[in-house]
Amino acid sequence: MTVQGIGAAVKRREDFRFIKGVGKYTDDINLPHQLYCYILRSPVAHAKIRSVNTDAAKAAPGVAAVFTGADIDASGVGGIPCGWLVTDVHGGPMKEPKHPILASGKVRHVGDPVAAVLAESFNQAKDAAELIQLDLEELPAVVDMKSALSASRTGAGTLVHDEAPDNLCFEWELGDKAATEAAFARAAHVTKIDLINNRLVPNAMEPRVAIGHYEMGTDDHTLYTTSQNPHVIRLLMGAFVLGIPEHKLRVYAPDVGGGFGSKIYHYAEEAFVTWASKRVGRPVKWTSERGEAFLSDAHGRDHVTHAEMAFDADGRAIGLKCQTLANMGAYLSTFAPCIPTWLHGTLLAGQYTTPAIHCNVKAVFTNTVPVDAYRGAGRPEATYILERLMSKAARELGKDQAELRRMNFIQPNQFPYQTPVAVVYDTGDYETTLNKALEISDYANFEGRRAAAQAKGKLRGIGVASYIEACGIAPSSLVGALGARAGLYEAATVRVNPTGSVTVLTGSHSHGQGHETTFAQVVASKLGIANEQVEIVHGDTDKVPFGMGTYGSRSIAVGGAALVNALDKVIEKGRKIAAHLLEASAEDITFENGAYTVKGTDKTKAFGEIALTAYVPHKYPIETLEPGLEETSFYDPKNFTYPAGTYICEVEIDPKTGFTEIVSFVAADDFGNIINPMIVEGQVHGGIAQGIGQAMLENAVYDENGQLLTGSYMDYCMPRADDVPSLQVHTVAGTPCTHNPLGVKGCGEAGAIGAPPAVINAIVDALRDYGVDHIDMPATPEKVWRAINAGATRMAAE
Amino acid sequence: MPEISLNVNGRAVKGEAGGNMLLADFLRQTLGLTGTHIGCDTSQCGACVVHMNGNSVKSCTVLASQADGAKVVTIEGLSSGMDLHPVQAAFREAHGLQCGFCTPGMIMSAADLLSKNANPTEPEIRTWLKGNICRCTGYHNIVKAVQSAAAQMSTRAVAAE
Amino acid sequence: MYSFDYVRPSSVAEAVQALAGKEATLIAGGHTLIPTLKQRLAKPRLLVDLGNIAELKGIRREGNRDGDFIVIGATTTHAEIAASSDVRSAIPALALLAGGIGDPQVRYRGTVGGSVANNDPAADYPAAVLGLGASVVTNKRQIEADSFFIGLFSTALQPGEIITAIRFPVPVRAGYAKFEQRASRFCLVSVFAAQKKGGMFSAGDVRVAVSGTGKTGVFRVPEMEQALKANFAPQAVTGIKVSASGLTGDMHGSAEYRAALVTVMAERAVAAAA
Repeated sequence: MTVQGIGAAVKRREDFRFIKGVGKYTDDINLPHQLYCYILRSPVAHAKIRSVNTDAAKAAPGVAAVFTGADIDASGVGGIPCGWLVTDVHGGPMKEPKHPILASGKVRHVGDPVAAVLAESFNQAKDAAELIQLDLEELPAVVDMKSALSASRTGAGTLVHDEAPDNLCFEWELGDKAATEAAFARAAHVTKIDLINNRLVPNAMEPRVAIGHYEMGTDDHTLYTTSQNPHVIRLLMGAFVLGIPEHKLRVYAPDVGGGFGSKIYHYAEEAFVTWASKRVGRPVKWTSERGEAFLSDAHGRDHVTHAEMAFDADGRAIGLKCQTLANMGAYLSTFAPCIPTWLHGTLLAGQYTTPAIHCNVKAVFTNTVPVDAYRGAGRPEATYILERLMSKAARELGKDQAELRRMNFIQPNQFPYQTPVAVVYDTGDYETTLNKALEISDYANFEGRRAAAQAKGKLRGIGVASYIEACGIAPSSLVGALGARAGLYEAATVRVNPTGSVTVLTGSHSHGQGHETTFAQVVASKLGIANEQVEIVHGDTDKVPFGMGTYGSRSIAVGGAALVNALDKVIEKGRKIAAHLLEASAEDITFENGAYTVKGTDKTKAFGEIALTAYVPHKYPIETLEPGLEETSFYDPKNFTYPAGTYICEVEIDPKTGFTEIVSFVAADDFGNIINPMIVEGQVHGGIAQGIGQAMLENAVYDENGQLLTGSYMDYCMPRADDVPSLQVHTVAGTPCTHNPLGVKGCGEAGAIGAPPAVINAIVDALRDYGVDHIDMPATPEKVWRAINAGATRMAAE
Repeated sequence: MPEISLNVNGRAVKGEAGGNMLLADFLRQTLGLTGTHIGCDTSQCGACVVHMNGNSVKSCTVLASQADGAKVVTIEGLSSGMDLHPVQAAFREAHGLQCGFCTPGMIMSAADLLSKNANPTEPEIRTWLKGNICRCTGYHNIVKAVQSAAAQMSTRAVAAE
Repeated sequence: MYSFDYVRPSSVAEAVQALAGKEATLIAGGHTLIPTLKQRLAKPRLLVDLGNIAELKGIRREGNRDGDFIVIGATTTHAEIAASSDVRSAIPALALLAGGIGDPQVRYRGTVGGSVANNDPAADYPAAVLGLGASVVTNKRQIEADSFFIGLFSTALQPGEIITAIRFPVPVRAGYAKFEQRASRFCLVSVFAAQKKGGMFSAGDVRVAVSGTGKTGVFRVPEMEQALKANFAPQAVTGIKVSASGLTGDMHGSAEYRAALVTVMAERAVAAAA
């Protein structure tokens, strides 16, 4: 027996099925007699629907049914709900227009579902969809946020939703405006920047799939779906869309091929196949094609920001203000409103003592795919603003970019630290991660490397970014006050089986994060049993009591805490059983290394014996204790967790082409306590690659008519193996979280948050001799080349 | 409906295949070999990579009819039973996978590389894997896994001599 | 994909016959055609697969009074060309080009004949065919490169005409440099530069062909060819700019940027020439 507990780099148990090709993803599931669903989507960004004629499609070979928005409306089904209500700066609720399952009256983005064909084969469904006659009256498309907001003034008057004048969903503010203005009034220096946080398409490698299965005999519905949070889908779809009570609706998300946020949300296709299965009396399967995914998976980011930072004469940050336009797309996706607000504004203090901060956000409807959380969700946008400002300010102030950060850091003795943007950091030690990153990157000798690069005709630059994030989402009462329409606790059941093996039912969902390994490590540590004795079950609402799922780096901090609490209950019950067996008082029983022992004696009972006794209660305190050994805990976090760190990127640029190569990338992170360092490093690697993708490669581009120009991998640039460097990732011993039982903070999003500003700061640094002080993401070769040329021209003129 | 015959994972198989059936669909739907995945429709992601007549190919960009008479190996056929091919073992050892969706294609592509180039450099590995997109790992541990599989396989080859 | 029938003839004659049927399309490696079919952008009734025709495969070096040639069968794959010792010794730039197309899986399936017949403006081979002054051999005739590539995705091929081989003259030296469109990994701009063998008393011509960016597909740059004929060195083309007006521009690269890249890639192709 080997106990590989907390802190061990245990190899992942889930890997075997994936490397053997026997994992079970949703598309691998085929039900007898199933129909295939193809969804006809709007080819235009904005139009009134005059008519949808499905007669020819219905008559096509193999077609079982064709449905349109009218069918959905007639059945009394609701729209897709939004899970977060943001209150407008003027006190009213955000504009929350209906989000239909199939378009009704209007189409509002390219890809908006209009009709669905159910046929015996996918090809037949697709063939028949071509026979649907869609009569659309095209309207001008609202694409650009600034012009969207001036719809009434420009006279164009185009509104995505009639109930949202000027296409404004809400205007939101955070922070003390007067104090911030006062800080700017006395500033010795103000650094200003205009930024675009580019729109991204999450692109989990597994496209979304949904299979609806209604069984008439029992009136049970099952939805197989690619979800990060099956219980949330059950809640949203059952209660708000289809009116199916929880006990009649099972949502099962088996192996899920990556999510990165995009599989949090309740999507129209899930509701449709569930609804349609009952209508046609057969299972209905929908599998997204990649091109379809580009038009129907929620996108991420898409902010336009103006920000200013005020400094005193010593270089201390005394104020920060920013105005952001945040694109909501055509409808409000499940968590869309909270991303540019509570997950963004609250992070604007970063690692710094900036005393006065004010932020204003306008959320805008456009005729584009809905925008929601994508790895990091609001926090990358905040970090990008802050860390670009810091490096820009350092240059303007003639200070080193690392040292300017250092002098503004919140000090270890200042925790818990109340920021001016609502949140309280429980703990942190920012100099340690900064120093570690400086050391690994050999920051001190950068100028020598720069000169060496110059000698071979390359421009070399170095960029620092110190990030903080708020993870472990989140205290229910707090988020409830901020507009969340759900609690954000997590649930875990520890079921000790009679022979001492353990089945854990967790509401967290693993879609790459390795919960089956790490959660088992927690159990092995706490109970002192072999990891192989532990099974982690997740993803099935019929098995797991409840759960809010996996996003916001919350699994170990919230789900893991629920697990620990359930384990503690098991241990306590076991203690009572052991006390009875050992004829001692429970207070005198210790539990260590999988055995209950009477203090100061050699009288001991192994955990397995206690488990057996609980299920075979012959000698058992039956009057005071129930048989069995199974405990459930719901854990509601007391605060967010605050992972932090410093990333340093070094680039070399070919000035003739603008081609930029990342020659070194260093990450130093403080995630508090670590369960499995191998998995943590892997999470950081993946996040950094996505961050590099955002900084240099990825961009969702719409033309002025609302057509997505980057709708496939031919045009949307996914990072490939030769686009990213070998990464140097280091996790410092760190500052354990003070308010959850494992002292963990979460690590899933850090890379995606810290990497973009580190990369852009490095590129801007490389171009410093050309007077370049900013370059927008993605910093493509052409943008870099143009910046160099413009700088050279400017210098020649001077 | 035309029928095709081919050898898949060492076994002679037959099946109906209309002209427009892809090899990937034949494997997944006709043979139930769902380890081969489909992640894009423009032949770029590589989740569908299998070996055909000794070379790695994207089974989403080969018609089933084109594979008539061919010898195909899928992820399910790379090793038997509970055994692991050295590349499979190395992916687990080096934590070269997370969600597992790209993994079968990635492993099949890497195994092909090592069958052609026993000791590739890091740039050669990264360049070779251009046709396989992974969204989870940042490729760092995939590269390590391929390096470690190469070392493992050359040790074995030496030991066998 | 729409439904279609599929045949795999074993000779060019059979293929020609099959192609005469209505709405038939040739397929070789299929790495352009199959994605096109998947997007439902083409609706053939019949696919005629050239993959099983022995006479269309293989690489041979042909030296005779007319010169020294590498002749590559139409369905020879990029991988086979990249690995061919004949190609590597005679025209290393061509082997390098073939070995840099797409990714390994594309190279195992994609064929030189398919690529040349398709004439994708962002493909690699047209630059080599035009840059080396190769000839396209069909079942009916031999077409010189200069008259083969007509426009975007269009060539001098007639209906029913099948490419059987490409005849590449072995140059004194040739080089290829490519700047990739980062998403698709096709050419944003690529340049093939070759110094051809001359006669006993005359220096060979120089040809410079650009792929990836011409509004009408692959094109030559006579000014660069003149300069390189006088001095086959990178600096000979440094000052020569092509006009952006003849180039495509899109979100992956404006015409102005691509024009600048033509010069840089030409320098690098010449520098790499061997």
